[in-house]
Amino acid sequence: MTPFGMRPPAPGEEESPPELLPRDAVVDLARERAESKIDEILDALDSELVGLAPVKTRIREIAALLLVDRVRGRFGLEAARPSLHMCFTGSPGTGKTTVAVRLAELLHRLGYLRKGHLVSVTRDDLVGQYVGHTAPKTKEVLKRAMGGVLFIDEAYYLYRAENERDYGQEAIEILLQVMENQRDDVVVVLAGYADRMDSFFSSNPGMSSRIAHHVDFPDYTAGELEEIGLLMLAREGYGLAAETGPVFRSYIELRRDQPRFANARSIRNAIERARLRHASRLMATAPKVDLAALTTLLPEDFQASRVFAGQ
Amino acid sequence: MRITQGAFSYLPDLTDEEITLQIAYALDNGWPCSVEYTDDPHPRNSYWEMWGLPMFDLKDPAGVLMELNECRRTFPNHYVRLNAYDARYGRQTTALQFIVQRPGNEPGFRLTREETADRQVRYTMHAYATDRPEGERY
Repeated sequence: MTPFGMRPPAPGEEESPPELLPRDAVVDLARERAESKIDEILDALDSELVGLAPVKTRIREIAALLLVDRVRGRFGLEAARPSLHMCFTGSPGTGKTTVAVRLAELLHRLGYLRKGHLVSVTRDDLVGQYVGHTAPKTKEVLKRAMGGVLFIDEAYYLYRAENERDYGQEAIEILLQVMENQRDDVVVVLAGYADRMDSFFSSNPGMSSRIAHHVDFPDYTAGELEEIGLLMLAREGYGLAAETGPVFRSYIELRRDQPRFANARSIRNAIERARLRHASRLMATAPKVDLAALTTLLPEDFQASRVFAGQ
Repeated sequence: MRITQGAFSYLPDLTDEEITLQIAYALDNGWPCSVEYTDDPHPRNSYWEMWGLPMFDLKDPAGVLMELNECRRTFPNHYVRLNAYDARYGRQTTALQFIVQRPGNEPGFRLTREETADRQVRYTMHAYATDRPEGERY
């Protein structure tokens, strides 16, 4: 009768550690880089996401660090795994979720995450409604996110300063515990508006100190928004007629100054509405259509918008 | 007497790495895992206590292992087993089940004979451990 205890590996079956490189060896970093296939993702990040220079720089830095760490490991240099919990701040529609998805994939390619999926949650998914409801709920979400990235949108709602019996605090404590103890299993990304995240961190110093990377997503310029709009149109198989270009540009200029402007999201909505008008215009006027008519947006599709009404 | 229930019970006890690999296999097949514990090792005691709810939508074994270790910490002298359910059949079907912790000392079973009418003899099993109340058995 053997006491249970986890069985130590039998002699011989223990995997021998991979051979270490001699101290004077030279490693080809470019080849390492090609093998990890991170360039595909970084290039996709560059070409598919417009602007966001500080974000891209930070992600490149992280990718470089993980790659160099891997090469260092082959020389037997031990370094603690870097903590990659992050905070994304920025206005709505600046691409925080999109970047988080790319980040999960990138960390998976670099071998930091085992699965590389993204679990996107808000306060409702973490905080329970009665005593004893919060801990299992938060833990379930954390378990689902393991091996990937846990993306907490509008994270500042977790903490409600005005109500000290709010269960959000409990969720934060469990998050902190797992962020600290199971750093290898899950990467937590908090996202939200910059000013409210700042007050969230000032009331939760433990959270702030466990997050190594604070990444700010800048607002898009008008030129970048136009580029984004054209990318979205191209992806959906639409194009702008030559005379629509200036109208689209002035639409963006006007929309930017209006309240509740949500960057790329507003542009997407504008395109959706232009598609609606385009479709009903075709139904009303053209009995027969060709491919060009089906794919080309004319100025009036945008000019009908209420944004131009004040002109 | 070493209890042999579920898969791998004739093998030496699995290490944590081996358990992780088994969980990964279950998750790759789309089987949600759950953890159960008991201190009544009778073979007909098929419904063990549930340690939390079954864990759905997991992608990575780390989450299951976290619950497993928490259960082992709470009940260091109980039997703990891991179940993986295959939901494809539309009913609860255990696809994989194995013991991941057992008490250090398993005293085994006693065979009890009961004399009934016409000199017939009925047999039943009695676990020595269950002589003591629940929670104090091992």
